[in-house]
Amino acid sequence: MTARALFIVICALAGAGAASAQDAAIPAFKTLDSMEARVQGCATCHGQSGQGTGKEYFPRIAGKPAGYLYNQLIAFRDAKRVYPPMNYLMAYLPDAYLREMAEHFSKQRPAFKPKQPPAADAAVVARGTTIALSGDPSKQVPACVTCHGSNLTGMEPGIPGLVGLSSSYITAQLTRWRTGNRQAAQPDCMKRIAERLSEADVHAVASWLASQDAPANASPGSSNLQKMPMACGSQM
Amino acid sequence: MRRGIRIFLIFAVLAALIAVAAFLNLKPGKLQVAPGAVETDPTTQTITRGEYLARAGDCIACHTEPGGKQFAGGRVMAIPFGSIYVPNVTPDDETGIGRWTSDDFYRMMHSGISKDGSLMYPVMPFAAYTKVTREDSDAIYAYMMSLPPVSQKNQPHELRFPFNQRELLIGWRALYLKTGEYVPDKSKSAQWNRGAYLVEGLGHCAMCHTAINRLGGSKTSQEFEGGMIPNQNWYAPSLTSNREAGLGNWTIKEITDLLQAGVSHRATVYGPMAEVVYNSLQYLSDADVEAMAVYLKELPQRDSEAPPTQSARLVAPEVMELGRKTYATQCVMCHGDEGKGRPPEYPPLAANQSITMSSPVNSIRMVLNGGYAPGTRRNPKPHGMPPFSHILNDEEVAAVVTYIRVAWENSGTPVTAAQVGELRPIVPE
Repeated sequence: MTARALFIVICALAGAGAASAQDAAIPAFKTLDSMEARVQGCATCHGQSGQGTGKEYFPRIAGKPAGYLYNQLIAFRDAKRVYPPMNYLMAYLPDAYLREMAEHFSKQRPAFKPKQPPAADAAVVARGTTIALSGDPSKQVPACVTCHGSNLTGMEPGIPGLVGLSSSYITAQLTRWRTGNRQAAQPDCMKRIAERLSEADVHAVASWLASQDAPANASPGSSNLQKMPMACGSQM
Repeated sequence: MRRGIRIFLIFAVLAALIAVAAFLNLKPGKLQVAPGAVETDPTTQTITRGEYLARAGDCIACHTEPGGKQFAGGRVMAIPFGSIYVPNVTPDDETGIGRWTSDDFYRMMHSGISKDGSLMYPVMPFAAYTKVTREDSDAIYAYMMSLPPVSQKNQPHELRFPFNQRELLIGWRALYLKTGEYVPDKSKSAQWNRGAYLVEGLGHCAMCHTAINRLGGSKTSQEFEGGMIPNQNWYAPSLTSNREAGLGNWTIKEITDLLQAGVSHRATVYGPMAEVVYNSLQYLSDADVEAMAVYLKELPQRDSEAPPTQSARLVAPEVMELGRKTYATQCVMCHGDEGKGRPPEYPPLAANQSITMSSPVNSIRMVLNGGYAPGTRRNPKPHGMPPFSHILNDEEVAAVVTYIRVAWENSGTPVTAAQVGELRPIVPE
């Protein structure tokens, strides 16, 4: 194959990739009277099946535990978690419907977006690996995998999967926790952990998490397999 | 002969027995209490009616902070003159209205004067609540007094000079306040009058559906002719013009569906009207919503402006083509090739007055921010529209909004990218 032909093939593949990413953001459904049709209000940001869209911010919500998703939808509706586009969309929806939306997305298993490349700096990669897999006992920071699962798919009922999220999204969320902008049910374990992380720690762990492979089984772990190092309100 | 007497006596005794049985059976006696049913006393009935009327007045929407304790106030309302902090109206003795009498409450509802005698800012819709009867005011008062008291101090308003001088409200009141309970129009039906009472009084619909001038007043001559809602940047359409939200061409069922369920075969509510349906109208009885529909449908038709001319409706071909392409990619799945939608789940765009009315603000905002219809008792799981602000640039939004305003024989006018650019930075609410 000539270099030119190779170039054309690469361009075609890149084009196909771009087209499918774009398609995920266009509302589509089979039956009008279905949850699939009802949640197309989420499609342009989170994708038709909750896979997330775009390179950057909008998070994957598919396969996260229903309890976690429900807590977030309620928090957005009641403006306890502040993100105006979501606060606006959820404002006038009743609990029972938000529960159904959460359950719908928790059952979706769309393909993962391509993982992001690891940080360029080897020291940053090392720091991220340490925090995620071993934690930092000197700061009393437990390893991410202790609660979010060894394959980062979260834990029933309230701990979200972290795999498939972009580093910009993870960085923004940890930063909001550090500054008190984002909260969870008391006792808020994630707040305690985020406050112990430096800005550099947040950057390192976010870029490490975003560069991980998608797991074969994307389902969250069961809640009764292990004790957690900290009490978390959303697991009670 | 003796035999005849005997037969007569037997008949007489039988007749007497039948009469006694009939008497015992027919006398009213006590009502049978159904097992499990609770006897209601006048207080319970009044409080229940007061709760219903408070729903009709949508008190909860302003007097409750999102996610906060009900009726405890604290919600900040941005108005063109600064910020108003809505007060605590729970019956807490120190921080709420626990020490108010029903006379205090009626004076507040009827004339906008607080218990301490201070004049209230007309953000509180007393210009409409003045029409509420004393009996209904007392019922709402009884309901408010039955709520759990919440101790939460009111915050002082933050208003610019001179609007922070309450004495100036004397002038505002002279210009714009006409107090007086609703007086039924004898030439109209009881149903129409009930609708008028609810729309003009507790419903305070004119607060948004009548343009507000620079002094924060509404002219009664322009009542229900529509206007921008200050600081919310939504356009409340005219209820008197069939080119906007005038309901002259709607069936009563289409109107009651929209008000009670939030969706209908003609249109869907979003934004501030979704809030009204969610917190207030969905709870009203079928009879009351139908009365409101009858009244609204009969509002006199006053088109304040002429329909757009042919030249005002001209669209540049390349804009039309961009709009058509954008529509075919992003919108057609739900709203269909011909803009017919799939009502009531997805509203029609063709022949939809809220698309073609002269202000394009609501259509632009819907394309930018999307929206969910409110989840109501009649429509608990509404369909929703996603935001497109991150997918379409100003030119594309302007083109697709232009397209839906003129396609399918819609009678709207084109919009510009600059109009989209003005609305894009607004925080959706």
